[in-house]
Amino acid sequence: MNNSLSSWQWSASAFIVGAVALGLVPLLWFAMNHGGGQDWHFDQSIFNVLLFTLKQAFFSTVISLALGLLTARALARREFFGKRLLLGLFAVPFALPAIVAVLGVSAVYGHNGWLGGIVNIYGLGGILLVHVFFNLPLAAKLFHETLTGIAPENFKLAEQLSFSDREIFRHVEWPHLRSALPSLFSLIFLLCAASFVVVLTLGGPAATTLEVAIYQALRMDFDVGRALALSILQIILCLILVVLSGRLVLQQQSPNQNTQVILRHDGGATLARLMDGLAIAIATAIVLPPLLVVVIAGAPNVVINETTFSALGFSLIIGSGATLLALALAWPLAQMQQAAAQSLALAGLIIPPAVMATGWFLAFKEFDTAFAVTLCAVIGLNGLMALPFSVAVLRSRYAQLGPSHHRLCEELGVLGWNRFWTIDLPFMLPAVRQAGLLAFVMSLGDLTAVTLLGSQGLMTLPALIHQQMGNYRSTAASGTALLLALSCYGLALVAQRSGRAR
Amino acid sequence: MKKLIFSLAALLPFIAPAAAKETLTIYTYESFTAEWGPGPKIKAAFEKTCDCDINWVALGDGVAVLNRLKLEGKDTKADVVLGLDTNITDEARALGLFGKHGVDVARAKVPGGWTDEEFLPFDYGHFAVIYDSEKIPNPPKSLDELVNGDPAQKIILEDPRTSTPGLGFLLWMKSIYGDKADAAWKKLRPRILTTAPGWSEAYALFTKGEAPMVFSYVTSPAYHIEVEKVTKYKAAEFSEGHYLQIEVAGLIEASKEHALAQKFLDFMLTADFQNEIPTNNWMMPAGETSVALPAAFNDLVKPAKTLLYSPAEVNKNRRAWIEEWQKAVNE
Repeated sequence: MNNSLSSWQWSASAFIVGAVALGLVPLLWFAMNHGGGQDWHFDQSIFNVLLFTLKQAFFSTVISLALGLLTARALARREFFGKRLLLGLFAVPFALPAIVAVLGVSAVYGHNGWLGGIVNIYGLGGILLVHVFFNLPLAAKLFHETLTGIAPENFKLAEQLSFSDREIFRHVEWPHLRSALPSLFSLIFLLCAASFVVVLTLGGPAATTLEVAIYQALRMDFDVGRALALSILQIILCLILVVLSGRLVLQQQSPNQNTQVILRHDGGATLARLMDGLAIAIATAIVLPPLLVVVIAGAPNVVINETTFSALGFSLIIGSGATLLALALAWPLAQMQQAAAQSLALAGLIIPPAVMATGWFLAFKEFDTAFAVTLCAVIGLNGLMALPFSVAVLRSRYAQLGPSHHRLCEELGVLGWNRFWTIDLPFMLPAVRQAGLLAFVMSLGDLTAVTLLGSQGLMTLPALIHQQMGNYRSTAASGTALLLALSCYGLALVAQRSGRAR
Repeated sequence: MKKLIFSLAALLPFIAPAAAKETLTIYTYESFTAEWGPGPKIKAAFEKTCDCDINWVALGDGVAVLNRLKLEGKDTKADVVLGLDTNITDEARALGLFGKHGVDVARAKVPGGWTDEEFLPFDYGHFAVIYDSEKIPNPPKSLDELVNGDPAQKIILEDPRTSTPGLGFLLWMKSIYGDKADAAWKKLRPRILTTAPGWSEAYALFTKGEAPMVFSYVTSPAYHIEVEKVTKYKAAEFSEGHYLQIEVAGLIEASKEHALAQKFLDFMLTADFQNEIPTNNWMMPAGETSVALPAAFNDLVKPAKTLLYSPAEVNKNRRAWIEEWQKAVNE
């Protein structure tokens, strides 16, 4: 371990610990000074809440991962017209505010939808459908990244040994996928467990999650003590999950060093072709129609004026800032193996943003009228929320480096920043680009930080959508939603193009 | 755009605050200050009457405004708080931050009259079930008909834990059914398509045609008629009466701009303020207007009876009533 990296790791960890403390300590102090916690008992209802949370999150995750894996594998071994465009599209759902996705899905499968109620979307089915719409593309994108990161020699060797498709999967692809699987599982699981608008809108009062209970404690009852207690419950549950999944992470070797395009000749059998075709068709059928709804509903209503232009501007500023922050924190964390480092990376996902934001507000109370402070806080919270995803992408690529790489660098005496610029960064670049895209797109679509911390004047695209919908202007909102989707798609295509140019 | 450039400039650490004029800081909810909301017009009108600036601080909604006050306590930067409703004024009063508004309460025109000396209403609206008249030719004529009606005809409600109209419907049910509210909720349950977290989600699903009924305001059809020229959305008049929401403002007693805050609250009930309410906030004005209401407002349902719990009753029972609702709809 060289010095510049370890001091970087140290600073990143300290930054996150500081940010979390800045969120929790003022709240604790506030709760102690203002009473609160009048209702500390955790009754049967909290147990039911937990059970439902776990159930819907588990199924959402398993379906997203299974379909995502099949899709990624199909995409990795096939070349077809529109493949890049499809991969680009996979970046868009992540940026859509939950309600836009819900409306998109309801326009397809709802009572008045194109497919006129072939499934009942009001209930667990609908929740799963929207969660898979969000997370299947994420899983497919990250698995695809992993598969294209495998050294081409592996496939050549497999070909020489005349491996069957199944053997290629078992001996070549699976070991790499397995290293990406646990972190991806926890990420998607946590995202679904914390899902709020989707669960409430489609599930009704019977379907509630811990996040709703925390929100209720903080917002309606303003019982800071109870909100903190529930948050701690959530943090503990998440940490258990992280530690369990952390046990499954394995080191991998033989990566695709020079990011060359892998020419694969496997999957030639009819059954394999059929399966790949089916996987891509299913993924497209889940992801594309709601996006089409966004396009069709939005196209006649896109308005470029001062309001939308400045909202786009703020979104891009916040997106860029949060991306830089997420990458700067993710780089050192991705190279740390300890469970503590993994938990730190997840801070933005397991501590409810409403709790963090309230704590930060208390901490910065004196400066809150300063616009710059608000903007920095929004960027900070977005950066922390995007961090787990950036770390997951970087970590899975870094795992492909293997220990021999580090030994070689040390033997050659390539150390410090020199190694960063000449060796590590070029190798990691495709992953950095993906991690950055993910962070950017996520921050672009964020409504949480901007609603909780924002003030007059800080109007991003999702906030504008929310404001328009809150005042009968859902037609205008559909135009803004399309603008948001298009910016994400544009970013995704730019990221892919710059990837190919190298 | 100007705002964007200004904000970029504000990122520079050294900006001298140019505070030559008096500035009145008003906390309010977001849609009030939207470009299509009443905020910008009211700001312009008030600033003509004084050598001062209005600084809107817009937060999510009325509950978010109240929570901001709880967090800030005595250090609050607000001079005026605008946009709480009578469901939460009791809690707001208990903070001990508000002073007397000093305006003649007789000028406030709300159903049932007004007596509160700390909070002053600026608009009101009766809640109502809005229905698509092309899908429902015979809408329910009472809350009881809604509760006992055909389960195939669905309604979209809002969650009382996260939404003001959601709480409004819960209070409406409670005011009609009292101790038997849980039984009524169980009866109604099959008719509820879903319970959305907020009004926007519920209303968007409704206008997309997911259900023929939604819980909203008596004034909702006026928006569709005035802005979209769509007449199919109508409010159902209920014989038991309609539950009322009154939106209020108050001044912070310790404010350095106390006199200016009082001047603003006085201005609030004049025509220059009230004229902007109907077609910008889509609520009923709580004071004299100098221009006639748009035609669409004349055809709105005028509830024969108004239902309203006092702020103290709501504050005392809200938690228990929400728990009762949760149990009834979950069983």
